[in-house]
Amino acid sequence: MKKIKSTFGLIVNPISGMGGRVGLKGTDTSAIIASAIALGAKPESTIRATTCLKEIHSGLHASLDVICPPGIMGEKAAEEAGFSPTVLPMKIPDDTSAKDTRTAVEMMANAKVSLILFAGGDGTARDIYSVIKDQIPVVGIPAGVKMHSAVYATTPKSAARLVTNYFASSDANLKDVEVMDIDEDAFRNGQLSASLYGYMKVPFERRYIQGAKSGGIESDESAMSAVAHEISRRLEDDVLYILGPGTTLKAIGNQLGVDKTLLGVDLFQDGKLIAEDVTNLQIEEIIANCNKKVKIIVTPIGGQGHIFGRGNQQISPSIIKRLGRESVMIVATTNKLASLNGRPFLVDTGDPDVDQLLSGYIRVVTGINMESVYRVSD
Amino acid sequence: MTQSHDNYHAARWNEPIIMEMGSEGQRGILVDKTDQAILEEIQNPLDSIPQSMLRSSELKLPEISQAQILRHYIRLSQMTLGFDVTPDASSGTCTMKYSPKVNEAICRNASVLEVHPLQNPSSLQGILKILFDFGEIMCEISGMYKYSFQASSGAQGIYTNACLIRAYHESNGEGDQRDEIITTAFSHPADAATPSVAGFKVITLMPGENGYPDFQSLKSVLSERTAGLMVTNPEDTGLFNPHIPAMVKAVQDAGGLCAYDQANANGLFGIVRAADTGFDLCQFNLHKTFSAPHSAQGQGAAAVGVSEKLAKFLPAPVVDFNGAEYVLDYDRPESIGKIRSFLGNVQTVIKAYAWVMSLGADGLKSVSETAVLNNNYLASKLAEIKGLDLPWDRNLKRIEQVRYSWSQLCLDTGLSTTDLARKMSDYGLQTYMESHVPRLVDEPMTLEPTESLSIDDLDAYVSVLKEISDQAYSDPESLKGAPYKSASDQLPQNQFNDPETWAMTWKAYKTKRQ
Repeated sequence: MKKIKSTFGLIVNPISGMGGRVGLKGTDTSAIIASAIALGAKPESTIRATTCLKEIHSGLHASLDVICPPGIMGEKAAEEAGFSPTVLPMKIPDDTSAKDTRTAVEMMANAKVSLILFAGGDGTARDIYSVIKDQIPVVGIPAGVKMHSAVYATTPKSAARLVTNYFASSDANLKDVEVMDIDEDAFRNGQLSASLYGYMKVPFERRYIQGAKSGGIESDESAMSAVAHEISRRLEDDVLYILGPGTTLKAIGNQLGVDKTLLGVDLFQDGKLIAEDVTNLQIEEIIANCNKKVKIIVTPIGGQGHIFGRGNQQISPSIIKRLGRESVMIVATTNKLASLNGRPFLVDTGDPDVDQLLSGYIRVVTGINMESVYRVSD
Repeated sequence: MTQSHDNYHAARWNEPIIMEMGSEGQRGILVDKTDQAILEEIQNPLDSIPQSMLRSSELKLPEISQAQILRHYIRLSQMTLGFDVTPDASSGTCTMKYSPKVNEAICRNASVLEVHPLQNPSSLQGILKILFDFGEIMCEISGMYKYSFQASSGAQGIYTNACLIRAYHESNGEGDQRDEIITTAFSHPADAATPSVAGFKVITLMPGENGYPDFQSLKSVLSERTAGLMVTNPEDTGLFNPHIPAMVKAVQDAGGLCAYDQANANGLFGIVRAADTGFDLCQFNLHKTFSAPHSAQGQGAAAVGVSEKLAKFLPAPVVDFNGAEYVLDYDRPESIGKIRSFLGNVQTVIKAYAWVMSLGADGLKSVSETAVLNNNYLASKLAEIKGLDLPWDRNLKRIEQVRYSWSQLCLDTGLSTTDLARKMSDYGLQTYMESHVPRLVDEPMTLEPTESLSIDDLDAYVSVLKEISDQAYSDPESLKGAPYKSASDQLPQNQFNDPETWAMTWKAYKTKRQ
């Protein structure tokens, strides 16, 4: 009898990525899908999923069990790669939708899969997240148009590597990463409005884990707690702090003994949260009336590097302009900086002047008594 | 002749821990009873120890015969690789080279072995002369003004540098203000860790597109809080940062001092001098570059050199010559104090001195030229191996070491650099050094052949890596379980990451094992 550990769920969003090549910026609605197909879009996600699955199959782990929805939502790719998948007892229409993804994920959760591998983009990631939150680890095969989330491997083959390593090692490390999505309608009209929906668990990529021989051994968790400790030492009385979203800021909240919201922007002063999950208008009103020094603490988004303009739009360009560059504190673990592979931090506040103001080298708090200096893109 | 690494198999003994060996009543040496006259003179020596410091229970030591002890340690040595049994190009950044055995013999001479550091200096003149003369030699090598050999590891030498920088700013009344040390991500982690221990805040510059930091990133952090710059050059990548003179000047213009961590100096003898580049202070590892053995975290020694304005801060005592005899100068009111007890690891200094004296200035330069040549020969041969890459400019020559990347092979095969490193020990070669932290090169491998390896050694080493690459592409799964022919099986990695499984003492081991 096979163990539960050796079963993973597979979901292919067959229409994911179709909008990209034909310039439609995503396929969230069926009207867009129809125009994508009319414009000659091809189902790239199945091809990419098959590449990944072949790689997994050729490894030691050909014996892994796969559970997937029928047909183009997984069965086809799995069989093409050589697997004999267990097909979920569900019917899928020709024009699959988010509902089908959610149904499949629910059935997989009930079947107690130990990991879900999916080919798709931010929409797919969000649909999976809405069912399982951070309860089951996921690996994303990059196949969407929008990929602002940090759940994807860099290539289909590296996704395969994450999956095989996860099942091969007895001590797989997991980390929480961002699930983001943007409003497609607004994006098509030239506005970018990205929201942070939550965090899912992904296997920690080996290359970011320090080798046993290197002496200093630091998990992501302990590195984050070092950052949190340092920030808690630096906070001054009688200063209002605008705390951005994210697990790093949440860890800082824990260190300070407050229940910082994970996804929201909170205001902190003199040992307590004075407002949670605030909007840009609320922030502006509070700082207009407080005549105190105000500072902003934010962390870049893992793997892609935005420090403003993704997931923290509540901190509007006018707030940043008013407080000035010197009021911005950036926090990140060294692993997070390393995950940017040398690419600079990004800013997209919506105001080019503010983006310009933030550009150039900026300090980053990386640990106890430790900082780095990192470039913000022009 | 190129030696084959095929058909190797390590010795594999099931050795218990020494504390588990022997049995009650066994003895290695039967110690004579104390002479009655002595006993009458000293009475019970334990009476002179404060009651609170006395053990309440008996000390439990292994009770074991000489033959068993010898067998035990010979077996352990047989299960261990090291430069004396294998050509070690694997331990990049560690500068593994041949340690001449004649220098061991010198250090076993009674005039070295049986002196005591508390002897009157008048009876230590020979050893003090060696320390003094070697200081002069080090000044010549680096262009610095004065040396101390008290620090007993590379990191302790770098820590000494941090303390010297602190003392300098304190003496200028800027001790509280200048609290920031700048380093680079590819410098040794001790360049960040030790100033942090010394109370500084540390700012790390990340590499730019050439593999070393942009000058602008340094400029952006300089201020009246800058205490100094602490860097290696070449960095761990083997790349020589050409902007270092400009960086040194910029830091000094901002009021900071510049310390050159010369742990990576094996390619620089007679070519670049720290003082000529503008550095205010530096340190070398005598147990690496100067051929004294590493002794497995044991008997290291760092040579810490400073410019004239910093000499008064060196650790006390400093060895000096007053025209008639060699003296230990303790009268140093502005000294940072002691870094280590007594004079440090004097035997390691003697080995380094003997090595330098046997080579002379021309010999030292040819050490570096050979080390650089060996390294670039190795790199050019490895460039032909599938899946292995040289990050940044492939055509740019490296100094004495290279941080390679197996990124392509790992993407192609699903293996990791650790899988490949483990496989090395199936050929009787050291598992290679992957990287220091932070780990910025994907799937890294850091190699440093030094001047000690012959072209045949290097060719054999390359053929092993090529065979591993071929096997990774043809049968990746077979590498997953490696090593198969080493002294031990693959160890569970999670234990290295979990402090709960670490035991620094026998007591901790017994407690945690339960």
